[in-house]
Amino acid sequence: MRLTRLLLNGILGVCLVAPLSAQGVLTVPRTIVAGSAFSVQTGGSGPGTLYVVGPNQVVKMDIQLGSALEIAAGTLYNAGHYLVFVSGSSENASLDVTPANKPADVSFLARPSRLPVGLRGGITGAVYLFDLYKNLYTAPTPVAFQLSTPAGTVQSRSITTRNGAAWIAMDSSPKVGAAQFVARVGDISATRVIGQVPGDPCGLQMTAKAAGQKVEVETAPVRDCSGNAVPDGTIVTFTEVYNGVQATVDVPLKRGVARVEMPAYPGAMITVASGVVLGNQIRWGR
Amino acid sequence: MTRFVFIAIAALGTTGTVATAQATVHVQPSQVDGPRPLADQTAKAVVEDYVEAWQTMRTALDQNRIDVLDRDFVGNAKDKLTETIRQQTNAGIHTNYQDRSHNVQIVFYSPEGLSIELTDNVEYEEQVLGKEKVLTAQHVSAHYVVMLSPSETRWKVRIFQAGNE
Repeated sequence: MRLTRLLLNGILGVCLVAPLSAQGVLTVPRTIVAGSAFSVQTGGSGPGTLYVVGPNQVVKMDIQLGSALEIAAGTLYNAGHYLVFVSGSSENASLDVTPANKPADVSFLARPSRLPVGLRGGITGAVYLFDLYKNLYTAPTPVAFQLSTPAGTVQSRSITTRNGAAWIAMDSSPKVGAAQFVARVGDISATRVIGQVPGDPCGLQMTAKAAGQKVEVETAPVRDCSGNAVPDGTIVTFTEVYNGVQATVDVPLKRGVARVEMPAYPGAMITVASGVVLGNQIRWGR
Repeated sequence: MTRFVFIAIAALGTTGTVATAQATVHVQPSQVDGPRPLADQTAKAVVEDYVEAWQTMRTALDQNRIDVLDRDFVGNAKDKLTETIRQQTNAGIHTNYQDRSHNVQIVFYSPEGLSIELTDNVEYEEQVLGKEKVLTAQHVSAHYVVMLSPSETRWKVRIFQAGNE
């Protein structure tokens, strides 16, 4: 008897807590495109509240149960998985929001911003595609990469994205100057400027001549291996060894050459270098 | 904070499973697209930090606290979670995302080393609560695409998006 009363109270309690009007069918599309309009069909009657809940967005709307509810375009725009339910009902449904139908933004990271000429695979670019709502656009999409230099050389390649990302490596050109590095998808593009500077000196050569009690040593115009002039200010190191004593002088390039006077010891060995690049050596005559 | 042990998995480059107090984490061998070699230690750290980010997200969305996101989220992912927490607060609800299992694979390591992308076939329980009452609950299987960026001390989630495989 007591058990029967408890059961009856329980059933009545449930009926009071859960509005009858909320019971019934909840129909939502399985998948929609981000930002698009969609329709939700609820059962029951009377006023209710619709929830669309996911980690990336929450929508709460007062609705009239038992009718088709049109959710306006732009309401649900973050891609992801959502749980849809009506207050007072245990019923729920799943809704997946996919990124919009085309990419709207190219996030392009190019490195480095400056590098020596003639470096194979020295320039890299990574691209991430996003739709209008900043969802990662994951559909495989060809990205056209183009690296063009002031000298008119152009490298072009197309790479298809995987999981919204693509990368490329390109060679720096033989000539110095600012290169335009472009990533393009359809009518959207992003451009980065890559500074191409001369490489290390190549074929470093010096000559020596007497200058009173001293010897004057001077380099030929210093160029990299592609023939570009190495910038003024680059340090050239002259070293003189005589009787086991070493003297070193660092000289910055001025107008493309480095020049210095050193003690004129007969039989002294004079060498020239710049960074890790060694030039010729001269034994000063007796 | 739950600790994870991925060393054997990463070092052997084979599939492995690690049971944690919170979720089972299954790590697939990396199939990295990109010119940059992925060190085992990096792979291990990325997966650890990612799984810990789920705990942070759970706390943030359960307690409607934006302040806890900083540790594990940045950029786009942080912005969207912040927006969600504000929307939950306005709607008078909070949510409990309890991850049960992760099946993770690292798929992209950018040439300059500033982002790593992984996919995760994750299973979790989602509960929506109003005050202390459960409004609804669901078991979810979802495919996530996640991008992480290095910060001073850890990898932070920059993109966190469920979608079709």
